[in-house]
Amino acid sequence: MFRNQYDTDVTTWSPAGRLFQVEYAMEAVKQGSAAIGLRSKSHVVLASVNKANSELSSHQRKIFKVDDHIGVAIAGLTADGRVLSRYLRSECINYSFVYESPLPVGRLVVQLADKAQVCTQRSWKRPYGVGLLVAGLDESGAHLYYNCPSGNYFEYQAFAIGSRSQAAKTYLERKFETFANCSREDLIRDALFAIKETLQGEKLTSSICTVAILGIGEPFQIIDQQTIQQLIDSLEIREEAGEPSAAMQEDRSPEAAPMEI
Amino acid sequence: MATKQQANWSPYDNNGGTCVAIAGADYCVIAADTRMSTGYSILTRDYSKISKLADKCVMASSGFQADVKALQKNLAARHLIYQHQHNKQMSCPAMAQLLSNTLYYKRFFPYYAFNVLGGLDNEGKGCVFTYDAVGSYERVGYSSQGSGSTLIMPVLDNQLKSPSPLLLPAVDAVTPLSESEAVDMVKDVFASAAERDIYTGDKVEIVIVNAGGIRREYTDLRKD
Repeated sequence: MFRNQYDTDVTTWSPAGRLFQVEYAMEAVKQGSAAIGLRSKSHVVLASVNKANSELSSHQRKIFKVDDHIGVAIAGLTADGRVLSRYLRSECINYSFVYESPLPVGRLVVQLADKAQVCTQRSWKRPYGVGLLVAGLDESGAHLYYNCPSGNYFEYQAFAIGSRSQAAKTYLERKFETFANCSREDLIRDALFAIKETLQGEKLTSSICTVAILGIGEPFQIIDQQTIQQLIDSLEIREEAGEPSAAMQEDRSPEAAPMEI
Repeated sequence: MATKQQANWSPYDNNGGTCVAIAGADYCVIAADTRMSTGYSILTRDYSKISKLADKCVMASSGFQADVKALQKNLAARHLIYQHQHNKQMSCPAMAQLLSNTLYYKRFFPYYAFNVLGGLDNEGKGCVFTYDAVGSYERVGYSSQGSGSTLIMPVLDNQLKSPSPLLLPAVDAVTPLSESEAVDMVKDVFASAAERDIYTGDKVEIVIVNAGGIRREYTDLRKD
């Protein structure tokens, strides 16, 4: 995308039929640190990589509880994400007050999408610079949605957003067919693996990631650091158990070399 | 001479009932009868006037139960917002102030609700707050509100009243009673009130808040 004469404000179309300001807003999401979500029939897991500005500062919060049955993970302008989370919480509280029952996720994401769309069609506004992974439970089971700055929303079995999210998406694409009947623990492990992919070499510890889960009979909660660290350690033990077989394959390859000639 | 115009319809009704709360050193007992009436009729014998507002904070309200319900829902919604913003439950004194503000907000069309708020304060000591319909409130060691309060309050004064508040050094507001003694006292005063107050009876719902959590008990009362 290059700087051009059609990208000054959101109410200007380009000749190719694009709204550049909206596309630039989606770029902001791609620049944020990674957030992933995946779901089974009964649970949804959200995980995020926490970037800190410096060693001195605390990590940014990217996962928010919206209600007992809904949570969000954000990537992009976290300030916009906070404001939208406040809106989502307010909508849930107002719906519960009037109808004495939880707001169905599907309705909430439509309201959120419509709110985002408004900002793409007003000359005095700008699009929200944040993508939201909305995890929720309703009568029809567990759901995961992705809301863009453009005002579009999609339902996913699993998805990743933010920087280096393609690595996580590749992992999720390989494994998503197993998620539907996954156990709660395996789902969390898959989330941690996906986060690991986005780190590309950096060590995965519980201090740089946040994991949250919600499911049937289990209200939304952010899993505490200790439990996450234990799970990460158990992942590493599994990986080390896999290494001896990799070493043996390397021994065999010199034997294979003469045949290649 | 023309007579003054009078309303032919009132937005309020009195559903009767009595509420009591007693604060102890490390517990709080909140109780209310379960009778809901209108005029000289009984609407139901099985209605709870008690609502848990936060982990360590319980409210009992007599008066117009439609207003009470609306007030409870209002406070519950405000508490959720507080939890989202502060990542913790509201303390009992904080909820007490919120209730006062919420009541005064409708100073010129009040909630017809007579409330007692009970729970544990930030130090784990029992606390009771008593209110009028427009939010005037005070922290006390014990209180009663509702149709039977005129019968119950003098008895509680006689049994629990701390010496004059003009005494120096100031004496603790909490009662020297043990938890089980306080529960027994509550049962006794309700039994007495049910004898002479037609709007109090059927059952008493007793809620006890202590460090271990919240417990609920029921005792039968006169059903006439």
